Amino acid sequence: MSFLPYAVAAWLFVVGLWGVVASRHMVRTVLCLTVIQSATYVLLLAVGYRSGAQAPVVADIPPVTPLVDPVMQVLVLTDIVIEATVTAVLLALVIQAHKRFGSVDPSDLRPLRD
Amino acid sequence: MRPTGTPVTRRARLTLFALAGPGLAAVLVIGLRGLPAFGDYHAVYGLVVTGVALSMRHATDLVTAVNFDLRAFDTLGEEYILFASVLGVTLLLRVMREEDEEYSVARHDMYGSSDAVRMLALLLVPLMVALGIYLVIHGQLTPGGGFQGGIVLAAAPAAIMLAGRYVEVKALAPTWAVEATEAIGAAGYALLGLGGLVFASVYLRNFLPAGNAGQLLSAGFMPLNSIAVGLEVMGAFLVAWTAFLDQALLIRRRRRGNQ
Amino acid sequence: MSPHITALPVVVPFIAAAVLVALRPLTRRWMDDTTTGASVIAIIVLLALLLERSVQRPIAYWMGGLTPVHDVTIGISLSIDPLGAGLAAFAAILVLAVLVYSARYFDDVDGLFHGLLLLFTAALVGFSLTGDLFNLVVFFELMGAAAYALTGYLIEDQAPIQGAINFAVTNSIAGYSMLVGVALLYARTGALNMTQIGLALDRHAADPLVIVAMALLFVGFLTKAAAVPVHFWLADAYAVAPTPMCVLFAGIMTELGVYAIARLYWVIFAGPMHPHMAALRAILVAVGVVTALLGSLMCFQQRHVKRLLAFSSVAHIGVLICGVGLLSDKGIAGDAVYVVGHGLIKAALFMCAGILLHRFRTIDEYDLHGQGRVVPAAGILMALGGLLLAALPPFTLFAGKSLLEEAASQAGYNWLIVVFVVASAVTGAAVLRVTARIFLGWGPTDAPEAGQARAGRVSEDEVGGRPEHTPPMMIVVPAVLLALALAVALIPGAVPAIEAAAARFTDHTAYVTWVLRGRAVHWPSVAPSHISLADVGYSTTSVVAAVGLAAVGLFGRPLRRHVPVAIERPWLRAVHVIRDLHSGHIGDYVAWWTAGASVFGAICLLALA
Repeated sequence: MSFLPYAVAAWLFVVGLWGVVASRHMVRTVLCLTVIQSATYVLLLAVGYRSGAQAPVVADIPPVTPLVDPVMQVLVLTDIVIEATVTAVLLALVIQAHKRFGSVDPSDLRPLRD
Repeated sequence: MRPTGTPVTRRARLTLFALAGPGLAAVLVIGLRGLPAFGDYHAVYGLVVTGVALSMRHATDLVTAVNFDLRAFDTLGEEYILFASVLGVTLLLRVMREEDEEYSVARHDMYGSSDAVRMLALLLVPLMVALGIYLVIHGQLTPGGGFQGGIVLAAAPAAIMLAGRYVEVKALAPTWAVEATEAIGAAGYALLGLGGLVFASVYLRNFLPAGNAGQLLSAGFMPLNSIAVGLEVMGAFLVAWTAFLDQALLIRRRRRGNQ
Repeated sequence: MSPHITALPVVVPFIAAAVLVALRPLTRRWMDDTTTGASVIAIIVLLALLLERSVQRPIAYWMGGLTPVHDVTIGISLSIDPLGAGLAAFAAILVLAVLVYSARYFDDVDGLFHGLLLLFTAALVGFSLTGDLFNLVVFFELMGAAAYALTGYLIEDQAPIQGAINFAVTNSIAGYSMLVGVALLYARTGALNMTQIGLALDRHAADPLVIVAMALLFVGFLTKAAAVPVHFWLADAYAVAPTPMCVLFAGIMTELGVYAIARLYWVIFAGPMHPHMAALRAILVAVGVVTALLGSLMCFQQRHVKRLLAFSSVAHIGVLICGVGLLSDKGIAGDAVYVVGHGLIKAALFMCAGILLHRFRTIDEYDLHGQGRVVPAAGILMALGGLLLAALPPFTLFAGKSLLEEAASQAGYNWLIVVFVVASAVTGAAVLRVTARIFLGWGPTDAPEAGQARAGRVSEDEVGGRPEHTPPMMIVVPAVLLALALAVALIPGAVPAIEAAAARFTDHTAYVTWVLRGRAVHWPSVAPSHISLADVGYSTTSVVAAVGLAAVGLFGRPLRRHVPVAIERPWLRAVHVIRDLHSGHIGDYVAWWTAGASVFGAICLLALA
């Protein structure tokens, strides 16, 4: 039971990669990237979790209460912003790809074949 | 000379992954096995921060204290990633030579917008603005801060756009103004850091008085950082959404025979 | 006491970019150029000051004044030693060169290009200076965010869109791999500062968690550095990105991936990996050798000049990975000199390709057959670049290569010298071949395959301006860069200074003293290396081989009759299989990424546990 969150993280990572490899629609490729990123969120937050601890907001609890790790939460917050923005750039590229190639299937993108 | 052979087939691709994927999973699991059990927490960094952040900075939301003070340099990089990506989206979705922005009435009403949606948006907008401002300026006290509040603030104009008034929103808040807001927020954060350099001799040092924990004006420059980031995030997401909505609603290929 | 200006090289471009974008509706092109140019010059000056200071005493600058207490950190540091500062300064110099060169480019995007370029610069500088592991990943992502959009700039063509997507997806996955590594190390050590992590790891032997963390971090940065088999994105991106961006990608961005691996090894993993150095050395050198050979092979096969230069970069990155993989200070010193030499040469070569693209609207070797006669200056520069790429003595790339050869023999890897010679010779030959075909009109005009030709032609104007005349700046800038590539190693004391810097870079235990405890370190003096006759011999061999191979590439078609069929057919089949693997399909690239990551991780676990 104590390994479950880490196993979920590993699973999400590999399943997301599978999604990118097998995808026939570029929007799906982009969304599978967010699945891979979710694996890193789960892992970071699981690493920062402390049994029996409270959220790291000390507004109305005694200061000696054990708290969950705020640093990992900050890392995840930073990563969420990064992911959202890179997804935006990728989706903009997908829109232009649709206009240029008339298709959003990666197999229909021809020009860069060697 | 032989012509180039057949391209890599889908089957080959999937087979390669069918072999490699489980291998990667195994490597990951072997590495993860070395982690302490879930909930068994000993990290020095987190323990020290939870111990000293309140007394050092008089901030009660420790996530914001780390985000906007202890690791503020990361946040500086992060907000500029947002900035760069939105510049990138603007660059990639720019109007091309063979396209035009068409403002014909039939096009810009979003499909499915009705009076009910409009009224709901009207009710929600002031709530969202109030909530957004609350989240931004209470960042150092309760969960929230510039990023979360900024998104909620951006949702208010977005609700109006969804209610079918896209062109009016664009007229009221033109792109150059929204971009300027975004840039002012981004620059503001970097300049607050310079304030640390000028007034406290180290970049990003918290140079304002820490105040009393639990009050609005406390924790030094964290509320100001929050506001700067809030402006930036609000501006950034509005610019991005506008670029995408322009593509969907306004930009059309120029028809032959027209100018 | 750290200099007050330490944070400014990263902050100045941030603020300048924000100001440029805020004032976008009001500014003209010349205002953007001036502001950006002034900012970059300021960055160069600041970095020069920091470099000089860091030579006397390395700088540990703690953001927010949060200095460590009892070796525990809660803030982010810039840990600036001479190599990092020098790399950042080199990056800024290349950015300035690009700015001057691209005065005619990007006419229709008022301010967006300049903003993105400034943010890219900030990322390059921050990446080289930071001492915090997560901060390193943040700057990596910033580099990517700016680069993806600029790669896809030419939205009116098909290829740039595809190249940008492949670039963005692959590098994002690399970032995720790094984050898993960061999480693992944080759980083990409770720290994000690289030096503190290294100190914590020193206490124990390497167990599977540390090995997997190292493997994932290395795979992530090897993806950025385009090692085989995670290199596929690079040729696509370099082939389609606007030339000024290619200059920066090839000149410094990809090399920073190798820098990161070196930094991570020497600060974090040198302790636990010390008993396993021989095995790790073998693994990294193997990756480098495969990359160098595959890059060279693919390079010679190309007729799209930018793609050719891209694969030649892959080949040289392979050499650089070998240099880091030797796990010695001489290897690092050789790499540092090599990065400067190769960066300048590659930048100049890409600029020459840009001249051709600007003038003739195509970058295909056969389309351009003989047409270069109208712009002979570019031909001279390209020929010189090709010779320098083959490590012509006694110039900078040769100096780096000699140091690497010495490092290889010291580590018992004498056979690596053959790989270095092959990589130099084949990539130099490819450049010389296209130069002769384009500028002298040598060689046959009929092409072996027509398939690649279409990709080489550009429909949209990458640049403005009339093509009957090449702006003089486009020739002057690459000439200056090549002059630097000739000169740098010849400056007295330059190479010994880099060797001393490398010795400090590889001093694992010293990091704790100057980063965490802020105390001065007594650095032992380093005896400078001398160029041996053998080094000159090897490099002369590679230059001669390059010229010979170029000649074969031009005139050698009749020779094919003499090659026995038993060799020719399997060879061609193998080459075609390898080329077909570079399919442009993102699913293929990610499948190869997964394969590479799993194999690298598995080998690390088996060899290093």
